[in-house]
Amino acid sequence: MNTLTPTVPPARFNVWFALRRMVSGANIYVGGLIVGLVIVMAVFAPWIAPYDPAASDWLAIRQEPSWAHWMGTDDLGRDTLSRIIFGARASLSAGVISVLFAMVVGVPLGLISGYFGGWIDAAMARVTEAMLTCPFLVLAIALAAFLGPGLQNAMIAIGISASPLFIRLARGQAMVVKQEDYVDATRALGASSWRIIVRHILPNSMPPLIVQGTLTIATSILAESSLAFLGLGQLPPAPSWGSMLDAARQFLSESSEMAVFPGLAIILTVAGFNLLGDGLRRRLDRR
Amino acid sequence: MVQFILRRIAIAIPTLLIISFLIFLLQVMLPGDPALALAGEDPSPQAIAAIREKFQLDQPIPMRYLTWVANVLQGDFGMSIRTGLPVRDMLIQRLPVTFQLALMAMILAVLIAIPGGIIAALRPNSPLDYTVSSFTLAGVSVPNFFLGIMLILLFSVTLGWLPSGGYVPFASDPLGSIRSLIMPSIVLAFATSAVLMSHTRSAMLGTLNQDYIRTARAKGVSEPLIVIKHALRNALIPIITLGTIQFGELLGGAVLTEQVFGIPGFGKMLVDGVFSRDYSIVQAVVLVQAIIFLIVTVTADILYAVANPKLRHQ
Repeated sequence: MNTLTPTVPPARFNVWFALRRMVSGANIYVGGLIVGLVIVMAVFAPWIAPYDPAASDWLAIRQEPSWAHWMGTDDLGRDTLSRIIFGARASLSAGVISVLFAMVVGVPLGLISGYFGGWIDAAMARVTEAMLTCPFLVLAIALAAFLGPGLQNAMIAIGISASPLFIRLARGQAMVVKQEDYVDATRALGASSWRIIVRHILPNSMPPLIVQGTLTIATSILAESSLAFLGLGQLPPAPSWGSMLDAARQFLSESSEMAVFPGLAIILTVAGFNLLGDGLRRRLDRR
Repeated sequence: MVQFILRRIAIAIPTLLIISFLIFLLQVMLPGDPALALAGEDPSPQAIAAIREKFQLDQPIPMRYLTWVANVLQGDFGMSIRTGLPVRDMLIQRLPVTFQLALMAMILAVLIAIPGGIIAALRPNSPLDYTVSSFTLAGVSVPNFFLGIMLILLFSVTLGWLPSGGYVPFASDPLGSIRSLIMPSIVLAFATSAVLMSHTRSAMLGTLNQDYIRTARAKGVSEPLIVIKHALRNALIPIITLGTIQFGELLGGAVLTEQVFGIPGFGKMLVDGVFSRDYSIVQAVVLVQAIIFLIVTVTADILYAVANPKLRHQ
């Protein structure tokens, strides 16, 4: 940006401008609140859920929402609300664990690659680039197909697919941070490369990694629900939002609420993590 | 320019080799005997022996990779265990379907995203701009299979305006073909346009603050002319690059949408391959998608260099 260009301040008090400022600052709180609610739902599911999520009630098949079943029941007479509350466990653990997996694999590789440079870096850059040529979901589906269905394999598949994102980010961070004066100073004091990476480069690379991590949790939750929708994620009868949507497809004309509620659960959770990640970025970039 | 293009293609070759090796490794990851997995259910001993011979399964992994690559380079992706057809023929059959879908989705996405992004950039922090931001959040948060199901519920089940799924080949009935892809293109265009719109907005905001825009205004150039001829033209370069890459993603990433609408495209081929444990199909689809994506990114880089001569000599 040209420094001579004056930034134009809003000429008069603009309600929308103020509101937007407020709303964009609120991203982090709204996102945090949604994410917090989902965590509470997942952790305390057995105490919150009104019914057993796997218990079929043959006298209450595909009921519309009522006082007894707030979100209705599914084709096996199971309470949709209870299944959504328990389904938060699959989505949340898939999102968080696969991102942790991706970070544990990707961040050290990226830091080493960016710090040392040379042929390690060249090789790593090529592999990362190669993995990123496959669309995220396609790679996850292919990996899950070869690993076999199940929540654990879905997490591994999503984690592997997400790891190049973290390799690339950590690599870029290490390349920037290693040129800082304090890193030179530490090196002059005789610190080993490993000490510099662990004590200096890693902590200083954390803010963007945390932002990317939060946003990737959103992507991973979407990926897990997609895999579950295809029958490659959480195996039935354990509830998962993606497989609930899959089951709802054949009853779309009669019981559309079977599809609407799990879909809304996915959208809200994913939007929550996206808002939180976006809010964190604004916060952490303001250094 | 020719040199730039050749260099760019040369860079893509090692990437292609690595991704092909990674895709090959998937086969090694399979639990148990790969010959059994590749032969399908209840294979005869002869069939297993033939596969073992063809893929050199008793050889070490690097040799097996070379055999696999040699086959792929000759266009031999193996046979589908479910249909018995060569995987190559299935690829050729399904690519045009996905291409038509991606093209329709991309046209729709551009028609929504460019005007939306421009309007948002012209009135930053207005209600309209705020709507555009919300649209972007929705675009990255709504799973496309859910959006697809909701569209089916609205347009097929409730209103009865559009078919709930299936595909009519373009050659036999062009109008019916477009009709059969309306809902899937809306689904794909939703997420694509959200990202494209937010980039258009920021690119336009960037150019609208430039000195030459102020000069143009001072000269008395009309506002629409400034926006379209001066600002948009200069903002277009990053938008074209992003759009090209998104088109590549559409060609590969329409898996769930094709599944929901039962469109016999490339993405559905992947899912069908997964379900029938047809591993040669899964490998072939992922590999071809990677190749398509590489071609698209190379094209994007070349387009970028055409638009911006400074880059050619770096």
